Amino acid sequence: MQFTEPAGQNLFDNARIVGRPAHRIDGPLKVTGTAPYAHERHDVVPGQLYGYPVVAGISHGRITAMDAESARNAPGVRGVVTTLEIEPLGIWDYNVARLFGGDVIEHYHQAIAVVVAESFEQARAAAALIEVDYEEGDPADYDLDAAFERLEGTGEPGTMVGDVDGAFRDAAAVVDQMYHTPSESHQMMEPFASIVDWSDGENMTVWTSNQMIEWNRQALATNFGIEPDSIRVESPYVGGGFGGKLWLRADEVLAALGSRAVGAPVRLAIPRPMMMNNSTHRSATVQRIRLAADADGRLQGIWHEAASHSLPGGRGENATAQTPFFYASPALRVQHHIVEMPLPEASDMRAPGEASGLMALEIAMDEMAETLGMDPVQLRIINDTQVNPSNPEQDFSDRHFVECLERGAEAFGWSERNETPGGRREGQWLIGHGMAGAYRGAPTLASGATVRLSGGQLVVETDMTDIGTGSYTILAQTAAECLGLPLDAVEVRLANSAYPVSSGSGGQFGAASSTAGVYAACIGLREQIAEQLGVDDLEFREGRVTGGDTDMALADLEGELEATDTMEWGEFKQDYVLATFGAHFVEVGVHVGTGEIRLRRMLAVADAGRILNPITARSQVIGGMTMGVGAALSEEMALDSGRGFFANHDLAGYEVAVHADIPEQEVIFLDTLDAISTPLKAKGVGELGICGVAAAVANAVYNAAGVRVRDYPVTLDKFIDQLPEV
Amino acid sequence: MRAFSYEKPADVAAAARAAEADGAKFIAGGTNLLDLMKLEIETPAHLIDVNGLGLDEITETEDGGLRIGTLVSNTDLLADIRTRRDYPVLTRALAAGASGQLRNKATTGGNLLQRTRCPYFYDTAMPCNKREPGSGCGALTEGAFSRQLGIIGTSDACIATHPSDMAVAMRVLDATVETVTPTGMTRRIALEDLHLLPGDTPEIETALMPGELITHVSLPAPVGGTQAYHKARDRASYAFALVSVALIRQPDGTGRVALGGIAPKPWRSDAADAEVPNGARAVMANLLEGARPTEENAFKITLAERTLAAMLAEE
Repeated sequence: MQFTEPAGQNLFDNARIVGRPAHRIDGPLKVTGTAPYAHERHDVVPGQLYGYPVVAGISHGRITAMDAESARNAPGVRGVVTTLEIEPLGIWDYNVARLFGGDVIEHYHQAIAVVVAESFEQARAAAALIEVDYEEGDPADYDLDAAFERLEGTGEPGTMVGDVDGAFRDAAAVVDQMYHTPSESHQMMEPFASIVDWSDGENMTVWTSNQMIEWNRQALATNFGIEPDSIRVESPYVGGGFGGKLWLRADEVLAALGSRAVGAPVRLAIPRPMMMNNSTHRSATVQRIRLAADADGRLQGIWHEAASHSLPGGRGENATAQTPFFYASPALRVQHHIVEMPLPEASDMRAPGEASGLMALEIAMDEMAETLGMDPVQLRIINDTQVNPSNPEQDFSDRHFVECLERGAEAFGWSERNETPGGRREGQWLIGHGMAGAYRGAPTLASGATVRLSGGQLVVETDMTDIGTGSYTILAQTAAECLGLPLDAVEVRLANSAYPVSSGSGGQFGAASSTAGVYAACIGLREQIAEQLGVDDLEFREGRVTGGDTDMALADLEGELEATDTMEWGEFKQDYVLATFGAHFVEVGVHVGTGEIRLRRMLAVADAGRILNPITARSQVIGGMTMGVGAALSEEMALDSGRGFFANHDLAGYEVAVHADIPEQEVIFLDTLDAISTPLKAKGVGELGICGVAAAVANAVYNAAGVRVRDYPVTLDKFIDQLPEV
Repeated sequence: MRAFSYEKPADVAAAARAAEADGAKFIAGGTNLLDLMKLEIETPAHLIDVNGLGLDEITETEDGGLRIGTLVSNTDLLADIRTRRDYPVLTRALAAGASGQLRNKATTGGNLLQRTRCPYFYDTAMPCNKREPGSGCGALTEGAFSRQLGIIGTSDACIATHPSDMAVAMRVLDATVETVTPTGMTRRIALEDLHLLPGDTPEIETALMPGELITHVSLPAPVGGTQAYHKARDRASYAFALVSVALIRQPDGTGRVALGGIAPKPWRSDAADAEVPNGARAVMANLLEGARPTEENAFKITLAERTLAAMLAEE
């Protein structure tokens, strides 16, 4: 099915199931520990052996020798594969680091061997016996600030609109500041884990934990130089991904090589202490933001220049992603520099680009509000735009940013806040309030599904994944709505390469794309039913199909009906900017003595088109808010710049927010519909939730304690010497 | 993890004798040792499981103090009415440590003997004089990550900290450790003397002799006063201290102070205690005299002083 024009009135506008709260279908499996996660799928293939990785102990250079003899002879060991025995593997389209093979080390903890043994403990013990000699590469420069200084003003800006120099010359108010965000690690609860059966060296079956089934299959084919059709991939349950599991990673590669070497299926998980440096991460950024405004607060110029690190050929973290689109300004200059460094591969993490960019831009807006003596909510309201500022011919498909700000301010009690930094104290706590705007693009990808109806029961099959987001549930809701069936008459089967290719989960495109794909297949099924019954205008409701002289239960239809289709997106969408919008409001306490920061309450307002299921959508947004608190206050991959690796590579060193850090969270969804986006008029929301949160926290810290920290995470060491006397 | 043999003796004498074996190590809760064994940072050839030894009771001593069996869990010690009533600095420190699950397993003796959380100690590809004597200190090289590490009592060979909260409170309470050696000899060691400074031998962390088992920790009679423990950290729970302060303050303004998170052992001095009536600045001028922080952790000096100042102002 082609989506070639804006959605008109359709069945979702009178929905009985889509848009209503439904608890996640897979919830009981998860809370009873019976959802089959990759590493625990003991039953899928007999004779599984255990793999354990060996990883590089230098940041870059080459391996001159490896001695795996003791490991091969260790108890229980069935095989060892070292990187020196394997030709360098292929590298798939969206990645730049080689996953295995050859003697070159590109980053710390790069996989260099796999040990396969009869037990996990035997494999791990043997892996420790492998000795490696390295020739270290030349010392590298890890100074992103120095690189930014070198690169600033060079090259071609990605966006250049109007007279930027003139805007700053004539401005009534200017903000010009440097901002820093650190490298961040996905650290999803379930590590990278797979079982791979490549026993015969021909047909490969993979049980894994991955966001993108078809990308995964293609990447395996590229890495090993084999046909995609010889590969089968399953990933029905994923314990979090956040972009870390968009890609083929070392768990699958090592399990595959191990399996081929020993002729048996191999299971392998990347141990937590290896995850940070072995896999991908969000790059640190250095950002200079200059804002020029007239006396009324209308922005006249925005100049945003940023740098991030990457291995050669990579994308880094483009912190300027939102700047061409978010605020109205007649002059814009936006540029992102990529700095090559021999660090682990920098790649996508939840809201890549916007998450880091808004951490800076939304502090800059707070600073502009202060410079102007204006309410920060009001400053954002007057700088709203309904057209793309970097291309005023182009409209937004649907944008309600101002409503987010106004609804949020009212619900939060923004007008009652203390406006003087450091002006409100409760005991030893300085209390402050902050807010920020949120923006995240709303892309859609082609997405397919098969639906099969028999005896009134509908089966949905698609290679779409559920990474904890609620895909099972919203796809069941979509199918039930389309066929007029109760939710429990629909069974959703996901994440198997035998099923039609879907969007997968990433870039907050999953929910909008995959529900449209299921809709397309269901419409095909409805047409078949109409044809079988010889009636054109059927209504599907409460398990029955009615129209003309027909009034029968779907359960009474003959035989099994099946339809497959893929939703594809017409070019008309390119006439619009599709995005989601939000506003975050937070209250923090800053301890007057220690500078410790504790959240007290949080509110998010989200404009993301039709909310398909308020329960699962809310979970997505509060999850994003929680991750945003981590980004604001504690998450930082600590770079050892002498050695070129991230030193705090476990969950004791890399501090994600814990329950005690998270206070009352409230989410308000605006009741919006985006007819340009999809037939369901829906957009993603999973990444919007993290966008802007950290800046709202940083702005609240400023309001509480009068200290402006532009260098994340906002930890007490960065401002304790600026606090007042105890 | 290397292969090891295992035994579970039934009494203290048997445990002590078993400890004579080469490469033997005691295991109680295992909350730290097992993690270190998985990483092969600890590679005991023989584990002696002390969980069958009793030693899990809290009794009152003749001089009005408490005698805590080494196997009393952090949770049980925290919940004991006598600890809560008479030694609130200790219960507050315990509650600030680890997580509920870990406190259920972690024992009193084991807590004292837990090892540092320095990231260079934990990464076996890195140099670490504590893990591999003579290999160098990974945390003291140019560009290294040292924000969490020690500022005083450290050496050119090691700047690791002792991570315990409980030990800081026990130090301010003048606790004493009771031990038994493999030959059956018992002795008492002041907590002050249990942990050693690294000097040139950071691999030697305590005054215990090989095979010596902690059997009890004794607290003197309650000292009263207002007792507080503030653990300053980046997140609200389940994080090691940047700086922690244990404070006992008497109505006459005198008091005692011990610090955690900054040194290889709980940090306290008589001279600094004497300055409590003169305020936080005076205390820290004494207690942190000669501190040698890195650029990344120099803030701990300010943080320690401000934390104490806030605690003193609280009353």
